[in-house]
Amino acid sequence: MTKNIMIVGVGGQGSLLAARILGRAALDAGYDVKVSEVHGMSQRGGSVVTYVKFGEKIYSPVICKGEADVILSFEQLEAARWLPYLKKGGVIVTSEQKINPMPVITGAAEYPSDVIGKIKDKDVTVISANTLELAREAGSEKASNVALIGLASGVIGFDEDSLRVALTASVPEKFLEMNLRAFELGIKARA
Amino acid sequence: MKKLMIGNEAVARGLYEAGVRLVSSYPGTPSTEITEYAAKYDEIYAEWAPNEKVALEVALGGAIAGGRTFCAMKHVGLNVAADPLFITAYTGINGGMVIGVADDPGMHSSQNEQDSRHYAIAAKLPMLEPADSEECCSFTKIAYELSEQFDTPFVLRSSTRVAHSQSIVELSDRNDVPLRDYVKDASKYVMMPANAKGRHVVVEKRLLDLAEFAETTELNKIEINGSSLGIITAGSSYIYSKECFGDSASYFKLGMVNPIPLKALRDFAEKHDRVIVIEELDPVLETQIKAAGIKNAKGGDVEGKNLLPLLGEFSSELLREKILGEKNEYSELSDVNIPMRPPALCSGCPHRGVFYIFKKLKLNVFGDIGCYTLGAAHPLGGMDTTLCMGASISAIHGFNKIRGKESERKSVAVIGDSTFMHSGMTGLANITYNTGVSTVVIVDNSITGMTGHQQNPCTGLTLKNQPTYAISLEAVAEAAGIAKDHIRVVDPYDIAALETVLREELEAEVPSVVICRRPCALLKYVKSAPALKIDPEKCKGCRACMAIGCPSISMVDGKAVIDSALCTGCGVCTHLCRFGAIGGNDND
Repeated sequence: MTKNIMIVGVGGQGSLLAARILGRAALDAGYDVKVSEVHGMSQRGGSVVTYVKFGEKIYSPVICKGEADVILSFEQLEAARWLPYLKKGGVIVTSEQKINPMPVITGAAEYPSDVIGKIKDKDVTVISANTLELAREAGSEKASNVALIGLASGVIGFDEDSLRVALTASVPEKFLEMNLRAFELGIKARA
Repeated sequence: MKKLMIGNEAVARGLYEAGVRLVSSYPGTPSTEITEYAAKYDEIYAEWAPNEKVALEVALGGAIAGGRTFCAMKHVGLNVAADPLFITAYTGINGGMVIGVADDPGMHSSQNEQDSRHYAIAAKLPMLEPADSEECCSFTKIAYELSEQFDTPFVLRSSTRVAHSQSIVELSDRNDVPLRDYVKDASKYVMMPANAKGRHVVVEKRLLDLAEFAETTELNKIEINGSSLGIITAGSSYIYSKECFGDSASYFKLGMVNPIPLKALRDFAEKHDRVIVIEELDPVLETQIKAAGIKNAKGGDVEGKNLLPLLGEFSSELLREKILGEKNEYSELSDVNIPMRPPALCSGCPHRGVFYIFKKLKLNVFGDIGCYTLGAAHPLGGMDTTLCMGASISAIHGFNKIRGKESERKSVAVIGDSTFMHSGMTGLANITYNTGVSTVVIVDNSITGMTGHQQNPCTGLTLKNQPTYAISLEAVAEAAGIAKDHIRVVDPYDIAALETVLREELEAEVPSVVICRRPCALLKYVKSAPALKIDPEKCKGCRACMAIGCPSISMVDGKAVIDSALCTGCGVCTHLCRFGAIGGNDND
């Protein structure tokens, strides 16, 4: 068994931490694991993709089109952009947050309407919530990434306790309580 | 203990475990983190050098002194360091030395795709290529043993996927290798013709010894699965191949990519009906294999670039399509137009206003390598060239010599503080020495930005965060011969002042340096001003404020609005609004 999880969003949204939490959970569970990171140019507000793969033996760290079991998306448009990477019948867990890309800001393009609805029309399962609002409730918008992991906790191959342990090991202590709150709010929003 | 590490962290761990004493590097994606992680070990002296040539020479000096040393760079950094690289093969080392170079197939963050394996062949140096983090650590340690055994630096080549992917590494303790004695030996370390002639003999003999070693080393791994398909590969291409073909093919995985074991490869090829060389970028292995007359079991040619591209990064999907003719199935929103999301200058970036003024004055802009390359993108646009580190200052001089006075009044070179220290200074010396009249703009954001905030000789801090001498850009400009009253310092948030200064210096019939000084808005010590607001009553929807391409400003229902979560209050946009609609923050 190999589980392929993609984390997509906009540079600066915290996909690296989300990937670290999942990588840590996979390592603790005794899997072989590979996590790809993105550095450099794509951090400057560009579209960012991170891959987490775990299972008995992992070779390539890269997830190709039609190979992801789950896509965790921090932003609606990015969910649509990376949809081709999802397996048929896969799951997209997405934040309802919208961030305008530069062509939309300058008026050269329009942000498409009802993106999540259109994805739902495809042969995929969509779980969505306003994770930004959940994170705000937890104490900081920055914890939106952790709220998303809570929202995805039923479909990413780890139980909630394992994710709590991995989260605790991955964030600085002074932000832990707030992140744990965001995680719990994410779990609640799942229902 | 097991730990998940990116390849670069694993190389740094290998340096620590190998007893390395000195690391000197210049940052460059995807190599930067090796040196940052190495600096966390108290046992390793680590520094940022002003450029890769200096870094490699520092490492060589340290190795001659008898310690184990390292330097890291990206592929194009090896071009800068090529001069000392070639001479290291002649001098050899004393303490072990490894040169880390990270290629960037697919150009995630580079100006070209360049295959560093050519350098190993040209400089006659051995090269290892790990495929995952575990090998990044173990190959680094082996490289030091071999470096001392063969008296030569080893090159450790990685690529973006290996450098920036986390996988599991088994950690060991540090091997505190004692310093070797230093003995003066002019015949080995003084490379003038009489001595170098003797050393060239050593170089050629060593290459033969290394080729013999390559035939049996366990760095190369053979995995036999039947006789129908044999794959010859290395590094990241190996992991894509394994993912695609699994146990349906045999593999000759080269851990040492220069020199390659032609006898063992011939033996492998002759046992398989079909043999494919799978390598990203250039056919470096394939060319050597074909030149040696190696054929498959049926006497047919070895395949490779007849099937696979020279361009871009490989993936298991690409191999499946090009070799097996199979395509992955997937869904897409074919009826939705998904706008691109290119990277952009950040909110509050001090470079933004500079590029706005360049565009307003309709200048020819000779760009350089750094965050400010993003000034080339719409709507700021209008960059004429971006070539390589330092080339803004040298190229504008050549351009102006050809096109004369009119061009001098209409063109600027733009370069960052770190890039100026890297290789801009010599270009400036060339302008003053050769009676040039160019205008050089140094965008000094007090950090090396693009690679993720590294210190440099102008910042006053070392890699290990110790306070140190900060080189003054003004003093360098003056020493290079720029007249004092043509060295101008401006705050790039004050775009009105910047415009005035630029107009004056472009008109001046002497060379000038305009320093736009303000620290990167993402630096932790930089405190943002309160977010600005646009008064919807005053906003006429004229879109003038959109001309600076700020991620914080967008148009909603015909009016400009500012995203208060993103806005840093830099105020550049306030200069653009003719109706005074932008200004007050919530406190006003």
